[in-house]
Amino acid sequence: MSWTKKLLRVNLSSGTCTEEPLNMQWANDYLGQRGLATRYIVEETDPACDPLGPDNKLIMATGPLTGTMASTGGRYSVICKSPLTNAIACSNSGGFFGAELKFAGWDMVIFEGRAASPMYLSIENEKATLHAADDLWGKSVWEADGMLRTKHQDPQARIACVGRSAEQGCLYAAVVNDLHRAAGRSGVGTVMASKNLKAVVVRGTLGLGNIDNPEAFAATTKAGKAVLAENAVTGQGLPAYGTQVLMNVINEVGALPTRNMRETTFEGAANVSAEAMAEPRKSDGKPNLTTNGACYACTIACGRISTIDRTHFSVKDKPEYWINSGGLEYEAAWALGPDTGVDDIDALTYVNFLCNEDGMDPISLGSTIAAAMELFETGAITTAQTDGVELKFGSAEALCWAAEATAKGEGFGRDLGMGSKRLCEKYGHPEFSMTVKGQEFPAYDPRGIQGMGLAYSTSNRGACHLRGYTVASEVLGIPEKTDPLESDGKAGLVKAFQDATAAVDSAGLCVFTTFAWTMDDIAPQVDAACAGDWSTERMMEVGERIWNMEREYNAKAGLTGADDNLPARLLNEPANSGPATGRVSELAKMLPEYYEARGWTADGSVTAETHQRLGLPG
Amino acid sequence: MHHVIIGAGPAAVSAAEHMKKLDARSEITMLAAENVPPYSRMAIPYFLVGNITPEGTYLRKNADHFENLGINVRHGRASSIDPQSKSVKLADDSTIAYDKLLVATGATATKPPIPGIDLDNVHNCWSLADAHKIIEKATPGSNVILMGAGFIGCIILESLAARKVNLTVIEMENRMVSRMTNSVMGTMIKDWCVDKGIRVLTSTKVDRIDPGQGSALSVSTNTGESIAADLVICATGVRSNTAFLEGSGINIDMGVVVGDYMETSVTDIYAAGDVAQGKDFSTGDYYVQAIQPTAVEHGKIAAQSMVNGHVTASPGNVNMNVLDTVGLISTSFGMWMGVDGGDESELVDKENYQYINLQFKDDVLVGASSLGMTQHVGVMRGLIQTASPLGEWKDKLMANPTRLSEAYLAGAQAQDQKNSA
Amino acid sequence: MQKSLHIDPAKCTGCLQCESACSLENEGIFNPSKSRIKVFNFHDEGRFVPYTCTQCDEAWCMQACPVDAIVINAETGSKDVLEDICVGCKVCTIACPFGTINYNTSSGKVVKCDLCGGDPACADACPTQAITYVDANATGLDKMRAWAAKTDNATS
Repeated sequence: MSWTKKLLRVNLSSGTCTEEPLNMQWANDYLGQRGLATRYIVEETDPACDPLGPDNKLIMATGPLTGTMASTGGRYSVICKSPLTNAIACSNSGGFFGAELKFAGWDMVIFEGRAASPMYLSIENEKATLHAADDLWGKSVWEADGMLRTKHQDPQARIACVGRSAEQGCLYAAVVNDLHRAAGRSGVGTVMASKNLKAVVVRGTLGLGNIDNPEAFAATTKAGKAVLAENAVTGQGLPAYGTQVLMNVINEVGALPTRNMRETTFEGAANVSAEAMAEPRKSDGKPNLTTNGACYACTIACGRISTIDRTHFSVKDKPEYWINSGGLEYEAAWALGPDTGVDDIDALTYVNFLCNEDGMDPISLGSTIAAAMELFETGAITTAQTDGVELKFGSAEALCWAAEATAKGEGFGRDLGMGSKRLCEKYGHPEFSMTVKGQEFPAYDPRGIQGMGLAYSTSNRGACHLRGYTVASEVLGIPEKTDPLESDGKAGLVKAFQDATAAVDSAGLCVFTTFAWTMDDIAPQVDAACAGDWSTERMMEVGERIWNMEREYNAKAGLTGADDNLPARLLNEPANSGPATGRVSELAKMLPEYYEARGWTADGSVTAETHQRLGLPG
Repeated sequence: MHHVIIGAGPAAVSAAEHMKKLDARSEITMLAAENVPPYSRMAIPYFLVGNITPEGTYLRKNADHFENLGINVRHGRASSIDPQSKSVKLADDSTIAYDKLLVATGATATKPPIPGIDLDNVHNCWSLADAHKIIEKATPGSNVILMGAGFIGCIILESLAARKVNLTVIEMENRMVSRMTNSVMGTMIKDWCVDKGIRVLTSTKVDRIDPGQGSALSVSTNTGESIAADLVICATGVRSNTAFLEGSGINIDMGVVVGDYMETSVTDIYAAGDVAQGKDFSTGDYYVQAIQPTAVEHGKIAAQSMVNGHVTASPGNVNMNVLDTVGLISTSFGMWMGVDGGDESELVDKENYQYINLQFKDDVLVGASSLGMTQHVGVMRGLIQTASPLGEWKDKLMANPTRLSEAYLAGAQAQDQKNSA
Repeated sequence: MQKSLHIDPAKCTGCLQCESACSLENEGIFNPSKSRIKVFNFHDEGRFVPYTCTQCDEAWCMQACPVDAIVINAETGSKDVLEDICVGCKVCTIACPFGTINYNTSSGKVVKCDLCGGDPACADACPTQAITYVDANATGLDKMRAWAAKTDNATS
């Protein structure tokens, strides 16, 4: 079965923890994790609810392969309505927390209501207990983690926690687990904090045993690992360079959004690239990158474990940052680097540590700071707002200051915590906000990679690369190469990536496996683990069902086809450097094709027929 | 060369086997006082609880084990020794001549001198014979009083509880297992027992035991209470078996005093195990530890000294204990009570019965105790015995003592790196 | 030539495939908490260290066992716990200075690495060759043993 078939419902208003059987009919239709948890959200909440009110629910959900030996089988997601986008939020994280939840015997935990005062939840196998967390409130993730570890006297406990940014209402606060893995996007941490829930401590010693066909599972997961090991990206590129391998690549194809997406190439890219992370630095002869680290069961191990140069201005008087922590991944490095025009790798790593320490989405943070820099440049923001700090593109000092202020929710940091859309509206220049549905863009310029423009605009959680990563095809040639500057055929490509990703997420696997795995590699692993017949076709259908369910949720939350848009800058201002020079995003051409491929109406609504065909709720 | 070993417990068996390993030609006679194959007292509680048969307590499982090794096991009780003629006299007046002699006679449970202690239904729990009697009398629903909440008392608690008796524990000290617990940990063990439905009276003495009305016995305490009992188990203490050495000239204090080669004050006579008062690793003082690992190590060193001469000195044995009190596991190592001028790191979680206490001298771990810990507990011994400087890990352990395994491994890795360099 | 587990922490990524594999092999389920090999994560240092029994010559556990429940496997040289003889007294768990024999509260017995009888599942599952099963003299285990010897009271 591979599901534990149990969920834990935690009502923070009443302080109760109750066990429920998992709805196995839904598990058959939505698999697990992202899909299954969203099905619960659809069933149990009003999509029009206030995302930061007690009526919103927050689910931590694993997939059927979470906790198994399938490579990357350690993922969990945090699902709720997003305060940043008002759309469905589903933020995926690795580390070890998800697998531990499974070992404790739970497929998911549903949090509802709101506690009267700060609480945290401890789960030790069957035993779930809410505890007062007044002493943890106001503490960073790192501090709270240490305190909880001491209190529970178990070095093996796994902890997911929100930081001060979430407490202060930063709208892109993350849930951080295992000190530096994060369910990062869309403000799921903000929702957790809004419920007065500071942390979840989990320890599972029951293990996971109910694999449907253990022999087949052993064989198929082993075969899957061999495929990953032999693939150049997952076997060599990602372990050695991490996702940062893309920095120079994307810059070269002219799709590296720079200085709030005004440009598409960055002159300092090499200074903040994977290659730069491996370069020994002058002060101590050590490189930024200490080693690569894996999440549970992951045989790729793309994670970066890094240090900051101790002599760097950001940390020279702060020994607490002289440790190793999660280092720069490509999206973070881009948002904090090229998008702000900063090419100081230690400053970027420091801000990345702050994101780990206090739970902020580095994409939204960097992109919002970039927007603020543009506002500063035009004079819409002045030193009066910034405590005298010259918030200029390229200023590492300004970047660090802005990140510190946002982490603590102090002064101008509160404005930055609103995200770029609200910030730019407040200061009179909504056109400076590089967002879709209120969520900031990741690191691929839609003018230089056409498919990503469509993927961003139609992503159910607002602009995101992880909802349909056509970069794989358009840049890396996976599964086959398409021309990034060409918009023809991208509608079908985006749909296929979106559906496949939804299925991969819902299985409990990492989407990075799809650099090497096709659904034909994944489906047999799910099939061996889970009862029933899980073919490639069924997996794709599950993915499509999930995508449409999310779309219908968003429609009820008030989003329409008009929200499938891109900032005017990307539609009207041609790229001014690199191979994409002269190009704009051809969204207007791709979008109708996409709606048609989806079986939606011309204004982007799921048709009754499609609804029926997929057996969607309601 | 004829080596004679008086005793057939762990120290004796360890010594005999090592002697054979070191010198296959040596002639070895092991003198067993009880008329059963060498067995382990430590296993008796598991026999009591019904997990194992009497054979399960045997130190070596193969019936021909000693014969195969060429070790002669003889049943009989030593009554005296004569160092002049180098002979051991047995209770049946026969004698055995030795070239070298190892005294490994262990200890015996004692009974406190109180009125009624010799009544019929008052038993020690020490030998397999005792265990058989207890099994017979501790029937479900019967009232059982356990005098003494030391190691033995605590270990047999579970087996008694499992026999579904009405159990009362009476302990003189203000806490349970005072030889391995401070008041915090001892009290937590008591709370645990009470939680399991066991009545525990600490700081309480049994004044007298009388024949009872209705039940077999009536136990009176210094707090003025009289408790009816069908069975009283006396686990108040043990004494090294040294009486037969009187007049031998061997220096005896709490046990047979031995030097660093396990030698006694009389040439060619050695002692090991629970009878021996050997060097304590932590204090350097000589002390009867009466624990299984020390008995085995004593046996090993004595064997070397007897076969090869006084070549390898013992640095002393780390005193350590592990105890399972009705499912609550406790450990203690070395100077668990701390040392003058040392530092202490302690974590208490009464609700979940988790406890850890580390004692440092400078940046070296010198003692430790724990409750509810089962993983990697051995590293406490490792850190204490290697006296490894902890460096920066001292502060980390002061902040959070649960990071003990990491601290140990960090040291081992550093050692590894040094060796590679 | 007998083989040993060779552990190279520098290659370890901390993925815990070894723990999963060990628990699957020995417990029949995925349960890292019951794994006989444990990966320690030195987070602040960015280091992962897999750790298990070195099958040391001193065999503290075996020596300390009061009921002869730990024996040397003639084929692999591993020190194996005989589950039906172990009474669960835990003396071995305090005697082993490496902390690599542990009490399993569910079974009431102690558990330790037995090299899976000569085909260690951890080594098979390790994606980076941080754990390999190689000729004993190539393992560098001697270094760990040198460390171990510091604990020894008497050289045997």
